[in-house]
Amino acid sequence: MKHHPALAAYLLKRLGQLSLVLFVLFGFLGAGDEPARVNDLGHRLMCVCGCNQILLECNHVGCTYSDRMRDELVAAVDKGDNDDLTLQWFVQKYGTTVLAAPTATGFNRVAWIMPYLTLVLGLATVVVIVHTWKKRPLTLRADAVPPVHGAELDYFRAQARKETEI
Amino acid sequence: MSLIGSFVLLLALALSGYSFLAGILALVRKGPGSERIGETARRAGIATFALVLLAAVVLMIAAFSNDFSIAYIFHHSNRDLPGPYKFAMLWSGQEGSLLFWSLLLGAYGLVLRLRYKTDSRLFAHASMVIAGVQLFFLSVLNFAAPPFAILQGSSPADGAGLNPLLQYPEMVIHPPMLYLGYVGFTIPFAFALGALIMRYPGEKWIAITRRWTMVTWGFLTCGVFLGAHWAYSVLGWGGYWAWDPVENASLMPWLTGTAFLHSVMMQEKRGMMKTWNVWLIFSTFMLTVFGTLLTRSGLVSSVHAFAQSSIGTWFVIFLGITFLVCLFFYVKNRDHLRSENKLESLISRESSFLFNNLLLLVACFTVLWGTLFPKISEWVQGAKVTVGAPFFNRVNIPVALLLLLLTAIGPLLAWRRTSWESLKRNFKWPAIGAVAVGALVVLLGMKPWQDQSYFYSLMTIMLSVLVAFTVASEFIRGGRVISQKTNQNLFASMVQLTRRNTRRYGGYIVHFGVVVIMIGFAGSAFNQDKEKEMAYGDKMSIGAYTLVCRSYTQDDNPNYGSEWAVMDVFKGGKQIATLTPERRFYKASQQTSTMVANRSTLKEDLYVVYEGQNPDTGRPIIKVHLNPLVMWIWIGVWIMIVGTVIGLIPSTVALRVAAPARLQTEPVGASR
Repeated sequence: MKHHPALAAYLLKRLGQLSLVLFVLFGFLGAGDEPARVNDLGHRLMCVCGCNQILLECNHVGCTYSDRMRDELVAAVDKGDNDDLTLQWFVQKYGTTVLAAPTATGFNRVAWIMPYLTLVLGLATVVVIVHTWKKRPLTLRADAVPPVHGAELDYFRAQARKETEI
Repeated sequence: MSLIGSFVLLLALALSGYSFLAGILALVRKGPGSERIGETARRAGIATFALVLLAAVVLMIAAFSNDFSIAYIFHHSNRDLPGPYKFAMLWSGQEGSLLFWSLLLGAYGLVLRLRYKTDSRLFAHASMVIAGVQLFFLSVLNFAAPPFAILQGSSPADGAGLNPLLQYPEMVIHPPMLYLGYVGFTIPFAFALGALIMRYPGEKWIAITRRWTMVTWGFLTCGVFLGAHWAYSVLGWGGYWAWDPVENASLMPWLTGTAFLHSVMMQEKRGMMKTWNVWLIFSTFMLTVFGTLLTRSGLVSSVHAFAQSSIGTWFVIFLGITFLVCLFFYVKNRDHLRSENKLESLISRESSFLFNNLLLLVACFTVLWGTLFPKISEWVQGAKVTVGAPFFNRVNIPVALLLLLLTAIGPLLAWRRTSWESLKRNFKWPAIGAVAVGALVVLLGMKPWQDQSYFYSLMTIMLSVLVAFTVASEFIRGGRVISQKTNQNLFASMVQLTRRNTRRYGGYIVHFGVVVIMIGFAGSAFNQDKEKEMAYGDKMSIGAYTLVCRSYTQDDNPNYGSEWAVMDVFKGGKQIATLTPERRFYKASQQTSTMVANRSTLKEDLYVVYEGQNPDTGRPIIKVHLNPLVMWIWIGVWIMIVGTVIGLIPSTVALRVAAPARLQTEPVGASR
């Protein structure tokens, strides 16, 4: 296959920009129609019968809660309540454990913040480590192999070539 | 039986105690007698394994002879339980699974102690650490969770039966695989701690433990995915991963173990990240213990925490002691872990490993945090909250996508530093290919703007393709060079390439397996399901399929009664299959269980559940799930296993360059 570096670089650049735009554009879009909203909200609620399953995934025949809760969810969506109001209604009726994930209020915010905070702090730490290491002079242990020169260095170069030869 | 079993376990405890103490004495004491003491410690360790094996055999005999005077047998078996499940009963409850843990630890210890001549001093240290861990588990077995405890009152005629969810063929192999992974991490932990204690010079201990770690990691991978497959096949909710604490407990050490397998390469190749690696393997071991604590102590509630008791305190104490011991020797010998090289560039293989480790650890922390948050919330605000799949998916999916991106970039980076030009040259065609595939997927009908899960799914597919292309380009590039030299065809050249560096190319195959699994995960965004009461002749359509209920049947055997539906499946007006979803009622335990009927293809799974009868109408309820790409997950796991096995095979190219004299010096302790 013949390579066209300039064309490939141009395509790569444009595709990268397109991906970024798509990422930003689509990442924040959500569902709109009623069945999709029921599906979305039903996966943000738990069945409260004690099975520890997502409401729309509860598969217990004769479960005294899930059927009723699903009907209540459909009714709330039909009524036109927004997502927050619908979820709040369920919390008031069944308690906070009905929500499948912590809310973004009060102490529960910590649940969401911590993983991202860890990621950001970790990234910062890695970057700092890399920069510190780049500046740090090379230190060797007293019992470590000292730097090599001359014939020995040639030997190592030959060995490296041999090892990396495909 | 009970007396024999209890006595054998007590003897095993005494021997493991001796092995531990004599092991310490032999290592601390200087003098001619120390070697003999060390040898007795080694033999005591081997004898401990023999005794624990005997205890397990005694428990098996008790199960097969229906000795219900033993409480464990009564609670986990019954007369009509099929033979394979009587065997699986060993790991289906608290006491038995701890005995099984101890047995596997003994078996790993046996292999280590038989291979002690590789490096007797290092192995003596590792053997001592293993004896210490074994001492803990045998103490728990003797004093907190005895498997041979006698049932109070008169011996019952029959047992309470095994949990129906565990009566599935995969349960005979899933727990052993998982436990082989869990317990196996004790070995690299023992070597790491041993090497730190004795200030082991060089990186030879890493080379010794690498194979142990890979085998262990392979077992844990199998165990985790077998568990997922079991959940998919038995629980009947249509999914394979629910972020349950038990599942999370197995995932956490897998994540840190994966991080260790990557970062350890930096230590081997460049003598860097020694402190990090030591703590990574310490953490992995502690996470296996912590996972056990988590699921058995009642600390968090779980759908399938099969055993809960008050043994949590034992595990907390053990974890505390382990941490303090690790910390003590780290502080004492930390100068020994100083890096021999420095990191030269942000765009280098070393940096990619750093970022890889960061992301894996963030994923691990997220899982741990989400698992513990309900408890933390209860302590802080007095109210429990649920942390379920929406939390874990939302937080972990971006991390997983970043990891995929790094999996694509990492192998293209050179050690020490890589130029932008080189990176662009290697990366551009895979990147263009990935974006082209993404565009094609959108043209074929995926609408990522409709739902965030669709968007994530598209990103997963694109990044997976990117990784697959970079892996393929690595094979093709290397294969071409060999092909030009040897005139072999490209495929034969790529096979030869792999044989020359099994570790590197085996690793790439593992990466490819991960890619296939991720594509399988991406399919979950498009899952559909339908539920309907179905009488004879009723139809239900989902996707391109139409299901027609042909009949309902019942059956009965000594172990369980069952009812199932016979469903004809049509596609395009043509019958393509007959499925028989089943529901069982186990007599001894008085519990029900589902047997899912699944028609699995590369494109999608038609997953049919017989949920039972509507109590009001008496009509059977059938739930159908259409789950795209699930088979890719199981295929990906097989590819990962193949890659791991290839990575374990020694490379065919041996160095024949004569080394200068000073390089031939054996590491201290190697000749002892």
